[in-house]
Amino acid sequence: MSSSEEPAHHDLGGAPRFMCEAVDVRPHELTDFDRDVDALRSVLSAKKVMSVDELRRGIEAIPEAEYHRLSYYERWMRSIADNMIRRGVVTEGELQAEVSRP
Amino acid sequence: MNVLEADGAALLKAITKLLSAKGVLTEAEIAQQRSAVDNAPPGQGARMVARAWTDADYRAQLLSDGSSAAEAMNIPMRGMPPLGVLENTDEVHHLVVCTLCSCYPKAILGYPPYWYKSAAYRARAVRDPRGLLAEFGTILPPQVKLRVVDSTADYRWMVLPRRPDGTQDWSIERLAAIVRPGDMVGVTIPTTE
Amino acid sequence: MRFSVGDEVSVRNDWPEKRGPAHIRTPHYVRGRKGRVVKELGAFPNPEDLAFARPADPRQLYHVTFPMRGLWPDPASNDEVLVELYEHWLEAP
Repeated sequence: MSSSEEPAHHDLGGAPRFMCEAVDVRPHELTDFDRDVDALRSVLSAKKVMSVDELRRGIEAIPEAEYHRLSYYERWMRSIADNMIRRGVVTEGELQAEVSRP
Repeated sequence: MNVLEADGAALLKAITKLLSAKGVLTEAEIAQQRSAVDNAPPGQGARMVARAWTDADYRAQLLSDGSSAAEAMNIPMRGMPPLGVLENTDEVHHLVVCTLCSCYPKAILGYPPYWYKSAAYRARAVRDPRGLLAEFGTILPPQVKLRVVDSTADYRWMVLPRRPDGTQDWSIERLAAIVRPGDMVGVTIPTTE
Repeated sequence: MRFSVGDEVSVRNDWPEKRGPAHIRTPHYVRGRKGRVVKELGAFPNPEDLAFARPADPRQLYHVTFPMRGLWPDPASNDEVLVELYEHWLEAP
């Protein structure tokens, strides 16, 4: 190995646990959720409310088990919410209240 | 419970509502952006490749400044990361991956395919690339050097595949029709079959 | 430090993510490894700061190639990996 250090869980190059896993080459349709999250990210980026680097940081901050359980755009959505709180655009309390609203 | 652990759909709804209420964005802007991506003409990258196969000046432009070559085909690149293009030859084959996330030349190729974002693809491309290619039905001759491009930073990378033999008389439209997104990532090779 | 096409370089064997919150674009498998600069890609704001919405100085970005043999304990191959790396991760070997 290149080092004795254990890589971060998103730093997947050569990761032993995936070396024997076949790649699922079948097409998968995107959902409405996927397309909306992708569009939300583009709008926030164009408005300079969140950079791609902040998006990446937020994705990497997701704990390992969750990181692998969540879908690609679910990771994005969690990172976007994380960054909106970090930047003070929304507060955690506001988001909690809105998410809990039936 | 940490609010970030809420269901993705609930977070999307809540964030969209809060950001609209605060005047950060409107739901119409999101819908407009989504529709722009969904309605982008398919095959934009394929047309760039076909033109590069038939026009030496365009090929040179594509390889030296991918973004300007995309703009020359009316693909909007403003605000997009710069596009780098790597040429496959008799001696070198390129394969693009992003081991750290899933960087992909979306402005040219559209949404990234499922496999491109998968942990197995990201892990294996830089360590077992020939085994990985075999799962896409691609077998490279051993004398061809494989250069795996880990898209780690500010560029987005696409591959200029080799023009298949026996296509000398083909029109640019017919050439563009055989170029698939995977050919421009390097997992497959254009064929005339 | 500036590098030119053809220069041999070493990637710093540094692990900032072990010291606290960090965002870095240098994959683990090239750290401490030797490669060769094949292209200068221009200057970009340092993503390690952008990721935290901090002011970010421009950093030179290079395309650096590494022989795959030597990156992994697997059977030798003549294949290569090409990685975008920022100047502050590179040093003379």
